[in-house]
Amino acid sequence: MTTASSAGTTRRDFLFVATGAAAAVGTVFTAWPFISQMNPDASTIAAGAPIEVDLTPIAEGQDIKVFWRGKPIYISHRTKKQIDEARAVPVASLPDPATDQSRVKDGHDQWLVVIGICTHLGCIPIAHEGNYDGFFCPCHGSQYDSSGRIRQGPAPANLPVPPYQFVSDTKIQIG
Amino acid sequence: MSGPSEYQPTHPALKWLERRLPIIGLVHSSFVAYPTPRNLNYWWTFGAILSMMLGVQILTGIILAMHYTPNADLAFKSVESLVRDVNYGWLLRNMHAAGASMFFIAVYIHMFRGLYYGSYKEPREVLWILGVIIYLLMMATGFLGYVLPWGQMSFWGATVITNLFSAVPYVGDSIVTLLWGGYSVGNPTLNRFFSLHYLLPFVIAGVVVLHIWALHVAGQNNPAGVEPKTEKDTVPFTPYATIKDAFGVSCFLLFFAWFIFYMPNYLGDADNYIPANPGVTPAHIVPEWYYLPFYAILRSIPNKLAGVIAMFSAIIVLAFLPWLDSAKTRSSKYRPLAKQFFWIFVVICILLGYLGAQPPEGIYVIAGRILTVCYFGYFLVLLPLLSRIEKPRPLPNSIADDVLSKSGKAVASVAIMFAVAGALFAGSVQNARAEESPVPPSEKWSFAGPFGKYDRGSLQRGLKIYKEVCSSCHGLSYIAFRNLADADGPGYSVAQVAALASEYKIKDGPNDAGDMFDRPGRAADYFPSPFPNDQAARAANGGGLPPDLSLITKARSYERGFPQFIFDFFTQFQEQGPNYVSAILQGFDKKPADVTLPEGTYYNKYFPGHAIKMPKPLSDGQVTFDDGAPATLAQYSHDVTTFLMWAAEPHMEARKRLGLQVFVFLIIFAGLMFWTKKKVWADAH
Repeated sequence: MTTASSAGTTRRDFLFVATGAAAAVGTVFTAWPFISQMNPDASTIAAGAPIEVDLTPIAEGQDIKVFWRGKPIYISHRTKKQIDEARAVPVASLPDPATDQSRVKDGHDQWLVVIGICTHLGCIPIAHEGNYDGFFCPCHGSQYDSSGRIRQGPAPANLPVPPYQFVSDTKIQIG
Repeated sequence: MSGPSEYQPTHPALKWLERRLPIIGLVHSSFVAYPTPRNLNYWWTFGAILSMMLGVQILTGIILAMHYTPNADLAFKSVESLVRDVNYGWLLRNMHAAGASMFFIAVYIHMFRGLYYGSYKEPREVLWILGVIIYLLMMATGFLGYVLPWGQMSFWGATVITNLFSAVPYVGDSIVTLLWGGYSVGNPTLNRFFSLHYLLPFVIAGVVVLHIWALHVAGQNNPAGVEPKTEKDTVPFTPYATIKDAFGVSCFLLFFAWFIFYMPNYLGDADNYIPANPGVTPAHIVPEWYYLPFYAILRSIPNKLAGVIAMFSAIIVLAFLPWLDSAKTRSSKYRPLAKQFFWIFVVICILLGYLGAQPPEGIYVIAGRILTVCYFGYFLVLLPLLSRIEKPRPLPNSIADDVLSKSGKAVASVAIMFAVAGALFAGSVQNARAEESPVPPSEKWSFAGPFGKYDRGSLQRGLKIYKEVCSSCHGLSYIAFRNLADADGPGYSVAQVAALASEYKIKDGPNDAGDMFDRPGRAADYFPSPFPNDQAARAANGGGLPPDLSLITKARSYERGFPQFIFDFFTQFQEQGPNYVSAILQGFDKKPADVTLPEGTYYNKYFPGHAIKMPKPLSDGQVTFDDGAPATLAQYSHDVTTFLMWAAEPHMEARKRLGLQVFVFLIIFAGLMFWTKKKVWADAH
């Protein structure tokens, strides 16, 4: 073979690069199914469909916990006092400023719906505890007010409000 | 692994590491500088192929274990959820299931190669024995893994194989109880089998390290069977052997992919798509193809203990091979008699495998006994005798001489033929069905072949038939309403599915008061079964249990026979299930005068034994279609079978689509590897 010529060398280098590139591409594509399988499967996704919750059994001052996508959702029927407290506090003084109005649905001011997972490290805060008539997280002492906003402790953000809407005055759909 | 390394790192960081842990030097001396005989043929690439297969099995196995539930009540369902719901779950399962067979095909070629070229002879005895140990571990792992899906063959395979140990005198029954963890094969058995199935591959990997260590101490054997003497006899492992192995691997991957994407059930048994039932043994218990020769030996011996001893001896005898064959000449190339007897031995093994899949009666038993004698005769009589009387041909002076005088280069094509032959032989497992009913006619299915797709209209009509007719007795419990909107499915919209689901009443609860209640179905719900439990189903159906239809088209099959099953491998024919289901629906007929049927059964041409408990379910005009399709029994059968095929294999279109892409890639890649290998080796020849 006349591999001594520079043209031969170039052809050979090109072949090696092409083969190496094909091997690399093949490896990347092969890796994809092995990673993708870790994502939620179709039944888990289907089970995460919206749920409906009937609010009639929840008396004023009470709250219930429902599960949606494996997360606990607090639904609180707030008292007048709780609403007033939540609205009296100056928004600018809060660690994560948000008005109470922005965290509830218009015309349904008494209903607070929040995901009951502490924004610090994922523990579940206890309702009706702490200094702010809201939630208290027993893990590291974060305290949320009656609007689910962080007021004190290491948590960086308010309890998130899940996507939901009122189907009727006494029924909400979460998700 | 081949003495002190000559590797001299130049980078200071590597120098620092090398003085403390010479791992790079170890890799360098074992897989880069390691001298490999320059005359190795493609049979030697099976070592690399086996390493790859071990890696593939461990990797896919770890992932399967992430989705599998080792519980007797949940195992079967968890495998189905893996295949149906997990992203690419079908692909990973096919890889693992077909991978086991590929692993064994490769190991058998590897072993026959060692046998032919005398790779077990001095100084490679320990290397060979380590190989036999790996093979034994592989057989144990393969068996344990086959039990895990907890289908009928899993369960009965576990029962039969564990019962082998009951042949041990005095303590046999205690050993079996110990293996089971109960009075029969059950949940504890499944749990421990899962644990051991996860453990053993890592033990194999450990023994493989020893195997490679021993290989690198003794050096590789080669087709000439003479040791390398000068530097001219060897080439460095990298790039020469690595690139050649990589080309071998890429060809093997093509073969592997054929099974993964196009013939996933060719090597399996339809009975394993029926959930384990401790009350009913399948008509023909057949192990996986790779155990068949030993199974044939077991069945040839009419005494229980002697049969078990013979079966295990057939494997153990391999470990004594280095001393049974004391001929000085290694390679059968230079042993005119040994060469011929080697090929006779290969045929004996294949025939034994064939017999292992046949029912143990008549001529098969006699043939099995003769071949069993031949099998042991080869090792215990022929090889010791040959080494004393045979006059070998003169050996080449050196490997370099052997390379220069080389003539034939057909080895690669022989390797491929051998692999195909192995697969075909594997397919003969299905031969075990006894011939009694007429063979269902082959219908024309839209989903057959490499580009097959489900006919959407047929799927929708089939669903209508299921809903209006079949569902009054048969469940479809693995199908959720949401599946009807899946890509590659019947093609309903999400809104249509929600409407359809809400027509069903689904039991849910308990509610706040602790009561169960009915609610309208949602897309995430599964088709409700018509009966609350098997007992209720039997009571309502004259003692017969209407099977769940989710997997029926994969759980039924029939004999294709030799040589048809060989052509099936190439034409990708695998529609036995649909043909059978459709034939049953159309097979109701007037009872012939000479047949007597048990009470409460009906005559069906295609049902094994002809007496079926299901009355004729479909007749012309029974269901009306909106799309103008004829309201005939033939059309009904075709449509409902198409629908049930989709129910059993909802990702078939995705599988074939991806298969085409993979094949295009692999063919290009194998081509590139081939040219690269040629270039690399150009200066070595």
